[in-house]
Amino acid sequence: MPSHADNLFKALADPTRRAIFERLTRDGDQTVHALTECAGVSQPMVSKHLSTLKRARLVRNRRKGRETHYSAQPRALAPLVDWMSYYSRFWHDRFDHLESLLKRMD
Amino acid sequence: MTATRSLVIEKELPHPPEKIWRALTQGPLIKQWLMDNDLQPVVGHRFSFRSTPVPNWNGVIDSEVLVVEPNKKLSYSWNTLGLESVVVWTLAATSGGTLVRMEHSGFGPDQEAAYKGANYGWQKFIGGLERVVAGLPA
Repeated sequence: MPSHADNLFKALADPTRRAIFERLTRDGDQTVHALTECAGVSQPMVSKHLSTLKRARLVRNRRKGRETHYSAQPRALAPLVDWMSYYSRFWHDRFDHLESLLKRMD
Repeated sequence: MTATRSLVIEKELPHPPEKIWRALTQGPLIKQWLMDNDLQPVVGHRFSFRSTPVPNWNGVIDSEVLVVEPNKKLSYSWNTLGLESVVVWTLAATSGGTLVRMEHSGFGPDQEAAYKGANYGWQKFIGGLERVVAGLPA
């Protein structure tokens, strides 16, 4: 079974999904209809992207009348933030090693 | 969220590009500052970086050479734990040495970027992410 991190990274690997997610964080709750107007892809595609984002816990949905509203759940980004901080430390450290190697090289 | 910005590391080093290129592309030299590896600077070459296994990780990073422009640009994929990412090294000669830029960007190439209206870059997302995370309650 894929872990939360797997679902998260897969969800964020797609630029359309990142755009949808950022729109939700920026503009607040949106309906599928409103999201489709800006996404540049068809409504079924937007729905498919939303279900991938939902599996990654990046969005939540709730029915309001006849429409489903989606909202962003930025807390789900935690594994990504961890990944970034890990590699930030890693590469700074390796840069130091690279510099000392260059000093030893001819 | 300064951590996300520092996935790009840029530094001027007092060495010529040719020398830094050797350190970036010759296996035994790479081993001295990064990891054991069987990299060859040939586009399409598949290789791995190997570090000491730790619990839940075998220490292996699967890679493929993506770009080789001698003394200028080197890029390879960096795939581990099911996560695909790309490392790009860029060298530019300066009066005092070389400006070295390393960019480690996430989660593979934007294969679906061809979709209409989807020209939405990873860098832009990272910028947005910083704002989102900065706004999170502690």
